[in-house]
Amino acid sequence: MQIYLPIAEMSVNVLLILGLGGGVGFVSGLFGVGGGFLITPLLIFFGIPPAVSVATAANQIVASSLSGVIVHWRRGNVDVKMGLVLLVGGLAGSSSGVGIFAWLRSLGQIDLVISLCYVVFLGTIGGMMMIEASRAIFRTRRKIGTVRRSKKHQHGFLHRLPLKVRFYRSGLYVSALLPLLVGFLVGLLTALMGVGGGFVMVPAMIYILGMPTSVVIGTSLFQIIFVSANVTILQSIQTHTVDVALALLLVSGAVVGAQFGARFGAKIKAEYLRAGLAALVLAVCIKLALDLVITPNDLFSVAPGNL
Amino acid sequence: MVASAMASLVAIVCRAQAARHNPVQRQKSSHIYLSFALFTALLCTALVTIKPAKADPLVVDLSNHLVAISTGFTGTDVLLFGAIENKGDVVITVRGPERDMIVRRKERKAGIWINTKSAYVRNVPTYYATAASRPIELIANDRLFASYHIGLQNQRFVTTMNGDDTDDSLYRDALLRNMEYVGLFNDKPAKISFLSNQLFRTDVHFPANTPTGTYVIDVYLIRDGRIASIKSTPLVVSKTGVSADVYDFAHRYSALYGIIAVIIAGIAGWVASVLFRKN
Repeated sequence: MQIYLPIAEMSVNVLLILGLGGGVGFVSGLFGVGGGFLITPLLIFFGIPPAVSVATAANQIVASSLSGVIVHWRRGNVDVKMGLVLLVGGLAGSSSGVGIFAWLRSLGQIDLVISLCYVVFLGTIGGMMMIEASRAIFRTRRKIGTVRRSKKHQHGFLHRLPLKVRFYRSGLYVSALLPLLVGFLVGLLTALMGVGGGFVMVPAMIYILGMPTSVVIGTSLFQIIFVSANVTILQSIQTHTVDVALALLLVSGAVVGAQFGARFGAKIKAEYLRAGLAALVLAVCIKLALDLVITPNDLFSVAPGNL
Repeated sequence: MVASAMASLVAIVCRAQAARHNPVQRQKSSHIYLSFALFTALLCTALVTIKPAKADPLVVDLSNHLVAISTGFTGTDVLLFGAIENKGDVVITVRGPERDMIVRRKERKAGIWINTKSAYVRNVPTYYATAASRPIELIANDRLFASYHIGLQNQRFVTTMNGDDTDDSLYRDALLRNMEYVGLFNDKPAKISFLSNQLFRTDVHFPANTPTGTYVIDVYLIRDGRIASIKSTPLVVSKTGVSADVYDFAHRYSALYGIIAVIIAGIAGWVASVLFRKN
């Protein structure tokens, strides 16, 4: 069953896209991640133009992060004040990101930058997760050792910055510049990579800002909604690459997939889940890295000239 | 002219014969005989005053002058049919709307493949296909096809090089190769089949990624290595229905489109969370 995508200007198999959304939804339900980092490369792999893939993934993330944040909101796991500060940085970052995106696209380097960003970030985070998870698995097997906790009140350079603000829900008293900067950088990534940026945001919140783990996911989802909404609107205006039909198909698949993923995930030990996620992230990273290094079939590529 | 006169003559005789068997129409038959007489008179004066006009040696038409890209569009075939007088070969070219293209060349820099040089190519047809009644080299020599710009190799592209490459043939070839790969250029002529000595037909295929716009189909009648007649007919490829509306809206009211896209995603996310809570 084929459907013609109005913006991508190509016809795709409905079942394939639903299955893709379902598969990524399953993974995101299983590991508790947004799945944007999988959606974009997979869409490109199935022949959707990279620009459309990135912009449409941002649209799809609005849906998945909203449904996620509602759950965390009910449990009171959203630090709205921190979220808003992150959001200010995020809006600035994503707006400049869309500008950079359009500029790189006109230079013909956007595909390279998307791939490089993916390789660097997926490689770093996947590698760190893999080390952490395999240590945890090793420890639980031997039943020795304790998990090292990060110190909550480190008073280093980062805490001597001006503009200190009290974040009650997170129990923090830090400079507002810090979350602003984190928000800005993650916003930039959202625009360039078509990802929510949760996989960068969550470690940054824990290790750089020192937020308690309980509010981290809810708060990051909270600000991701608005940042990805911003990206969706800006991409619509600047590059006309948001495909609503494609996003809706992906969302429908992902909703169902996430249900099964979450149920399946509840049966598996957390460290095995983390190791599995790390393996998946590294696999995507290696695939993209190989594509950059291996001699392509055709050294020439063709694109419309008057964008 | 002669052909059309013959056709109306046949029609009038048929109607007269039909009227003879039909009592209701019998009164009308006198009218028919009258118009028959008038027609014959006209024909005689025409034959006397004008020297016998040469019949059109080439007649062509399409089964459809509009290819509509709807939501379920997966590509389509358009039937091109026509007739020629006497023997001859037929060659057809189909040209899509033109646009500028950029051909980029990758080079290995620090171990990874990066787009470095490029060529800007003007007025590239976004679709190009040919069809011929016989292998093209048997129909005429290369010079004829070159002078009429028939075939992909005979297209004149104006390229502007960006980088230290001086030879644009690499980029030209890459352009043709890439466009062929996505199915929009067809270098091998499709088969035109003759149903008799005069009647011919061929299917022109438009793939799912067919660009929208006005296409020009040129039909050449070639006899003894020379062009005997040319006929040109337009074909419009346009989006229709929901996908056309969405595309138009996204380009005309892009900010509003973005906001609506966010709202739709928001509703979808909310519905998902409601379903999630039920479970």
